[in-house]
Amino acid sequence: MANILTRMGDGERVQMSVSEVRDALLAGTHDAAQKGKIPELGSDELEQLLEIFLDKNRIVGVAPGEEVVLTHDIGTLRLMGDQANSGVGIPLSRLQGILVHERAFAADTMELGHIDYSFKPVKPIISMEMQEYETAAMMTIVPLFYGAMPNLGTYYRPDGPFGNPSDLLPQGKVREAREAQLEAAGHATRDMVYVSSKLHEVACEGINFDTTAAAGDADFYATLNAVAEIKKTMPEMAIEVGMAGEFILGMHGELFFNGQRLAGMYPHQQVKVVEEAGADIFGPVINTNTSRSMPWNVARAVTFVKHTVAVSSIPIHVNVGMGVGGVPVFETPPIDSTTRASKALVQIAKVDGL
Amino acid sequence: MQMHRKMKLPAAKKYVAERLKISVTDLSDEQVMREIREDLDIGIITSVPGSAKGMEAKARIAALLDLEISTVKRFRSKTFF
Repeated sequence: MANILTRMGDGERVQMSVSEVRDALLAGTHDAAQKGKIPELGSDELEQLLEIFLDKNRIVGVAPGEEVVLTHDIGTLRLMGDQANSGVGIPLSRLQGILVHERAFAADTMELGHIDYSFKPVKPIISMEMQEYETAAMMTIVPLFYGAMPNLGTYYRPDGPFGNPSDLLPQGKVREAREAQLEAAGHATRDMVYVSSKLHEVACEGINFDTTAAAGDADFYATLNAVAEIKKTMPEMAIEVGMAGEFILGMHGELFFNGQRLAGMYPHQQVKVVEEAGADIFGPVINTNTSRSMPWNVARAVTFVKHTVAVSSIPIHVNVGMGVGGVPVFETPPIDSTTRASKALVQIAKVDGL
Repeated sequence: MQMHRKMKLPAAKKYVAERLKISVTDLSDEQVMREIREDLDIGIITSVPGSAKGMEAKARIAALLDLEISTVKRFRSKTFF
């Protein structure tokens, strides 16, 4: 049988035999099952995945009626930003960028976001954000989020006032590192609640906490506490929590939410605490391994996400972009890879959105 | 429906399809939805003078789906209806 043209996790083209692809799919689902202590994909699902990779068309898709909705991160930075934000450097205002997404890209939802895209720098210029949101909300039809990253790293020295765990831990100063993280988390929670409350004053439809837990369990802890507080005082404002990675790093190690230790959580465990905090949509991340093939990465992502969908009572919008969700770590992800990963996550993992 | 009622996608699609009196498959059919959007005046992709845009369309969608959209609610509170 002819070889299958696919890619490695860094995007490089490779040819694999059918048996090699079968082995990669099996190894990918096995790896996810072993790490997450969750069920592997069944033989029917592995065959379905094989068919997706056997398809000789460059672009693959789902059947009519199987389409899903899309939410975004990074706001309009993908148009006006530089490569660090996957931006293409088009000099547009944020309002113009939002309208381009709604009317030219036919986006299902959109978001406004600050050029730095973190909550902390938004705080001093929140009036500008409120003003921009008010204007955008009048001119758009699609649901409009405000997006930003919790980004606990900005609270540590030299960017912030608190000791940096990455400096303290190598010195053996575990207690000091933990204290610094707790203090930083408290400030981050207050900033996130403050920014959200000001946006609530202009009737913001939803907040997107993007790249959550990038700085480990304290980052996740700060975000969950912010979500719980926002939902208690502003219940009508929708909240999406999107993650930074598949695994919560235990930079602190002893942080709990509703009695559950946050360090070491995988997506199917993360979604349960996100639900308990009161969020409406969860965005799991599965990291792409550049040394492994796309069949291995996609099978692994589908295994994690399928179980996350199964245990979740809220909609799941899986992250499917550069370097996550079975998509190669490459600045302009090849369309054959993005469509195969998306199709697999929709048809087999049964996600509610991307 | 996902944002405000935590609905999973199949339930959300069913709800919207029932409110629009069409099938779930029709929801992503460009031809069907163009006509529905024109008939109900709830916003279309291309720019047609006189058609509902922005808040106008959003307010009509909120009523159609029996959904309280916060920006629509605020707009109503700032006007006289």
